[in-house]
Amino acid sequence: MNALGTALLQFWKSSIGKKLIVAVTGILLVGFLVAHMVGNMLVYQGQEDLNKYAYFLHHFLHGWGIWLFRLGLIGAFALHIVATIALTRQNKEARNTRYAHEETVQAPRSSRIMIWSGLTVLGFVIFHILHFTIPVHPDLQGLKDPNDAKMVDVYTMVVRGFQNPLVVLFYIVAISLLCSHLMHGISSLFQTLGLRSEKTRLLIKRVGVGLALVLWLGFISIPVVVVMGALGDGSQEKPKPAMSAPASSSLDVTKS
Amino acid sequence: MNLTLKVWRQAHENDTGRIETYEAKDIPESASFLEMLDIVNTGIINDGGEPIHFDHDCREGICGMCSLTINGVPHSREQGITTCQVHMRKFRDGDTIWIEPFRARAFPIVKDLVVDRGAFDRIIASGGHIGVRTGSAPDANSVPIPKDDADDSFDSAACIGCGACVAACKNASAMLFVGAKANHLNRLPQGKPEKDKRVLAMVHQMDAEGFGNCTNQYECEAVCPKEISADVIAKLNRDYAAAVVRDAVE
Repeated sequence: MNALGTALLQFWKSSIGKKLIVAVTGILLVGFLVAHMVGNMLVYQGQEDLNKYAYFLHHFLHGWGIWLFRLGLIGAFALHIVATIALTRQNKEARNTRYAHEETVQAPRSSRIMIWSGLTVLGFVIFHILHFTIPVHPDLQGLKDPNDAKMVDVYTMVVRGFQNPLVVLFYIVAISLLCSHLMHGISSLFQTLGLRSEKTRLLIKRVGVGLALVLWLGFISIPVVVVMGALGDGSQEKPKPAMSAPASSSLDVTKS
Repeated sequence: MNLTLKVWRQAHENDTGRIETYEAKDIPESASFLEMLDIVNTGIINDGGEPIHFDHDCREGICGMCSLTINGVPHSREQGITTCQVHMRKFRDGDTIWIEPFRARAFPIVKDLVVDRGAFDRIIASGGHIGVRTGSAPDANSVPIPKDDADDSFDSAACIGCGACVAACKNASAMLFVGAKANHLNRLPQGKPEKDKRVLAMVHQMDAEGFGNCTNQYECEAVCPKEISADVIAKLNRDYAAAVVRDAVE
């Protein structure tokens, strides 16, 4: 093996090396979540805007863009999971006998359930892909935009997808666990990258908790607003006119 | 005061070990925690039993020899002190106290509450030193060092290598110890030339010893008797990343 290969292998084998991989892939995944949430907010803008956005995503760079993006995302996701599982296994081995009387001084609960919140998110991502990306439910397949048949009617798919309260409940639980994962994960990646110090400690903590909460609110609002009936019942016959009001007022769940 | 002790007893490294219960009677409030164990041991010896083995040396909170996980927290819940500085006045009459060794695969139990912390020595031997002779203690200010660097280095140098950070960490990670020992030297002009080599070697040895990986929960800094900040871990992460890159390209 050449020198670079040896160095990469050493890096992967080392504890800090794997942690750095988790941190860097974590940044990519958080970046994706922010972009995904901002894009999702278009549901409040109305059917036309959300469908146009989805059309753009599927067609930029002649349709190659989304696949380049997806491959990158899958790679980051896979590396993040493989490295954290390897680290967790080593951690279990390192404390081979447990304390009979175990105590925690300051580690927050979110930090102690990272592997479980993470694995729940993994399960959720699989469900979410089968729910919306390659919808397996016949009611969510083949929906065309009523005004432009070349576009997929993502808006109706979302509204129909959240008519079942059990699905909404699963989304709420999974996104809450994702938020718990991020509460620790975001501030943690700054520490792993060596950016946490006396000067930055408080800011990093606030950014981590703040961003996690914003993502939680943004993601969770959609299934909740839909299940409360504020965006209609997903019947394509009477498409709702696009709401032109700003996003804040469209969050008003009393409208129907 | 009278107390109930739940103490880990283990005859040797390969023994499975178990918690045994002892009644500690008529313990003076002024006694230190280790003196309380001395009193209990005297009773055990008088009854013909095997005393509870535990590590101790200076009993002044400076040597890092005493250990013990008291009610699940290394060196007890009292902040910034070692076990030998814990006093019985901090407990109430009738309390039950759990006393266990510092638990980590890298710290094998020798007997009862005594663990082998030789892994720390091997980490230091791998790079926690300056590789050339720098002479005896130099005169003050003969080597100019910025005050911030000197303070930062000194804060890290306060580490007494007791191993409480490993014992408290949910993953038995030694990052606080290694971070402190590396930062102590990396910040000083005498230590800088070997900074990359030191960081790579110490992290490599730390991993080889079977310590876990830091998950940034900061239990270590909460129990450190010298109150070393987990910021030294961030510095170690940063220095390691930089050292890996330089090592790969130079």
